[in-house]
Amino acid sequence: MSLLLEPTAERVKSEKLYRAMGLTDEEFGMVETILGRTPNYTETGIFSVMWSEHCSYKNSKVVLKKFPTEGEQVLQGPGEGAGIIDIGDGQAVVFKVESHNHPSAIEPFQGAATGVGGILRDVFSMGARPIALLNSLRFGELESPRVRYLFEEVVAGIAGYGNCMGVPTVGGEIQFDPCYEGNPLVNAMCVGLIDHKDIQKGQAKGIGNTVMYVGASTGRDGIHGATFASEELGEDADEKRPAVQVGDPFMEKLLLEACLELIQNDALVGIQDMGAAGLTSSAAEMASKAGSGMVMDLDLVPQREAGMTPYEMMLSESQERMLIVVEKGREQEIKEIFDRWGLLSAEVGYVTDDKHLRLLHKGEVVANLPVDALAEEAPVYHKPSKVAAYYEKFQKLENKTPEVKNPKDTLLQLLAQPTIASKEWVYDQYDYMVQTNTVVEPGSDAAVVRIRGTRKALAMTTDCNSRYIYLDPEIGGQIAVAEAARNIVCSGAKPLGLTDGLNYGSPEKPEIFWQLEKSTDGMSEACRVLETPVIGGNVSLYNESNGVAIYPTPVIGMVGLVEDVDHITTQSFKQAGDIIYLLGETKPEFGGSELQKMVEGEITGKAPTLDLAEEKKRQEELLAAIKAGLVQSAHDVAEGGLSVALAESMTSGTVGANVTVTGEVTAALFAESQSRFIVTVPAEKSAQFEATVSATKIGEVTDTAVLTIADQQQRVILEATQDEIVTAWKGAIPCLLKSKA
Amino acid sequence: MKFAVIVFPGSNCDSDMFHAISDALQEEVAYVRYDETSLEGFDGVLLPGGFSYGDYLRSGAIARFAPIMDSVQQFAEQGKPVLGVCNGFQILLEVGLLPGAMKRNDGLKFLCRPTNLVVENDQTMFTTGYSKGDIIEIPVAHGEGNYECNEETLASLEENNQIVFRYERAINGSKANIAGITNERGNVLGMMPHPERAVDALLGREDGIKLFQSIVRNWRESHVTTS
Repeated sequence: MSLLLEPTAERVKSEKLYRAMGLTDEEFGMVETILGRTPNYTETGIFSVMWSEHCSYKNSKVVLKKFPTEGEQVLQGPGEGAGIIDIGDGQAVVFKVESHNHPSAIEPFQGAATGVGGILRDVFSMGARPIALLNSLRFGELESPRVRYLFEEVVAGIAGYGNCMGVPTVGGEIQFDPCYEGNPLVNAMCVGLIDHKDIQKGQAKGIGNTVMYVGASTGRDGIHGATFASEELGEDADEKRPAVQVGDPFMEKLLLEACLELIQNDALVGIQDMGAAGLTSSAAEMASKAGSGMVMDLDLVPQREAGMTPYEMMLSESQERMLIVVEKGREQEIKEIFDRWGLLSAEVGYVTDDKHLRLLHKGEVVANLPVDALAEEAPVYHKPSKVAAYYEKFQKLENKTPEVKNPKDTLLQLLAQPTIASKEWVYDQYDYMVQTNTVVEPGSDAAVVRIRGTRKALAMTTDCNSRYIYLDPEIGGQIAVAEAARNIVCSGAKPLGLTDGLNYGSPEKPEIFWQLEKSTDGMSEACRVLETPVIGGNVSLYNESNGVAIYPTPVIGMVGLVEDVDHITTQSFKQAGDIIYLLGETKPEFGGSELQKMVEGEITGKAPTLDLAEEKKRQEELLAAIKAGLVQSAHDVAEGGLSVALAESMTSGTVGANVTVTGEVTAALFAESQSRFIVTVPAEKSAQFEATVSATKIGEVTDTAVLTIADQQQRVILEATQDEIVTAWKGAIPCLLKSKA
Repeated sequence: MKFAVIVFPGSNCDSDMFHAISDALQEEVAYVRYDETSLEGFDGVLLPGGFSYGDYLRSGAIARFAPIMDSVQQFAEQGKPVLGVCNGFQILLEVGLLPGAMKRNDGLKFLCRPTNLVVENDQTMFTTGYSKGDIIEIPVAHGEGNYECNEETLASLEENNQIVFRYERAINGSKANIAGITNERGNVLGMMPHPERAVDALLGREDGIKLFQSIVRNWRESHVTTS
């Protein structure tokens, strides 16, 4: 029916209908040149999603290529569903982060849920079993009812999907800042485990091979989701609700098990998730990567609704679907696998050698497009870049120490800042134990998941302090990578590599593009020094609402290898009498700090400094000490500074700490200088520890659950009981959520 | 002793249950699919947690009609051990092997956390390894674990010592803090907390191992005396 209403090619051009799909006049002209004719409505839609930023990275390619992506451990870099890193013994770890920001801004439960669903498919389409999920979330301040709604629904959506899938959500991070009020960030990361021999590729190889569609049927949900993800959120955002997909984790659980069975069948040639831009991108990319073409008969595509047009089918982002290519003649074997799991499978086409994607519908060719033009030849833009005016202003400011009258009150207030406060309210809703491999549960620096049947484990974390990156994109970018690595090292693991979720405002604005350029420069440099290649990721631009951009937020998802489960270390103090050491130097650095935000109500000045060589040396020393069995606990000093890190180390257990600080008190307690750790060491091993790690002894673990901090003159400047600490730290978020009237 | 782990579409604690038996307990165990119809050769049946059939309609409401369930019922009627954990418990309620029903947690949120349980009955084939009054740490992970029954049922559960575990502190609104109950005969145990998640020192919890050991010990004893 709607077929009849579809505009003709002439109308698409004369009325510039392509603009509403996201193509510019120039881009439409390029399409005409490529085709040698005017594209029809369906073809225009296909080009518009494939050339959207979300699918083509047309605005970010120039910065992405700077990332170091190689290393002897890398088996698969960027370009496939997810990157893969070797962990020895014929096994490898597969991981990727992906954003679902715009859908979550409008329909937070489904937006977040399908974000989780999508990243899971990226990982299991590689042939890996997902073993862990993490996330990185950004919201406005919880005082706002709208923000509380988004926060609660996003968490429920993540829980709803991940829990049902039986994949533990083991970690994550959340920051709250006003700049995310209208445009929250929801980045989900999945980690999978695979045997080398099982690694799959999304390629449509072998002329004449059969293209099969498996999983859920195609409906009208999520149409133009990728395009929607590539524009700013405006007043009309609610009208985009139909572009948000709806998830069914039960279907995905069946699809997961069926696909893992499928990859053991040698009739399988290639497999790819139908994620952003659904059938369109999976078909075009699989053919393009294999140097082949594809014919699909859309009448054979399982459809949820009657009367769907080719346009709707090709642009639908219905969830829980995969496109696979199988050896001709062996379709029945494949069909039986999906039958057994109660899933649809349909032969929808075949592989050709003409490098074209040809779509048939009701006996007619409704699209005929060169796959390389769709997948590889999207225009690449190098947008103009301009140093941000605010940055130049901030760089001229002297470091200023916020005024602190009562260190104890300040510590307790900092612990109650939602960004610092315990996220127990959140992770209590995630099944973080299913699969019974979670050794270090949420709440420590990095989560640790053991690899069953070995002595090994994987440490994983998501990190990004976007305030530092806003103040100084280059240094902030370095810090983001370094901090992720710190968390991995603290858990007793060697960092292996990372995936990045690049969330920024509109690249059309030179100051935003400058943030993107500089921060990726910083990240690249840190990746090189710390030897953590980027093996994949996701770009989400246009994160603005009503013209105001978010802080630049390149989320780092990092994975490290614990060589022996005996090395696993957590942040909590263990035993009275253990010596507490501080690694690293404290400077009066408050730019972007939690203290600055809390006391002064704004983020200004310079970001903390970072010396990458020093960072690397310190991480290596600490990891060596952990592996030598010298370390009882390790925690990186991050938001809120030393006092917060000490308090966090004694929120569980029955011990406390007696610490003496030197220098100016406010900086000693609350500055956010980088490359610092708190480490505890049994007294009898302290000499050995001091011989190998440059560290300053600052106190010892005590058997009373009290944190006591004295200054150089041995005057007590702060004394807080574990009760006071825990009440402030754990009570903050539930209290803010209850305050809704 | 040989255990069957029943796998429904959407089960997701099946492999955890499997490993608890094979690795921690070192007994024989095999998966049995929902569409099979025989439990021949098995000495114990384990219904694992998860989201069978996506929890559609109501947790456990569809799984109770799976082909294997007739055999599970017969197995239970023969007095052999049947343990249902989390979604497995919900299925046992739906199929009528245990009395009562589940509501959503009173907080209306999924809840995953280590939880202290009080052992109320140490005389069942699942709990002889514990002592009455023991506090054991077993994690919960559920959205619908708020046990509900009428007063008459509650009275008979109490009277027959069918309440095996209670939460030490209220966590989900369960009536009388019920965390696990048996049938009258005592050979069918349903519990919301996950003992299979507490069998490994590396993961920080081992209090669940005694539950599985109890099943095996009691089976061995009865097997020796009756054969």
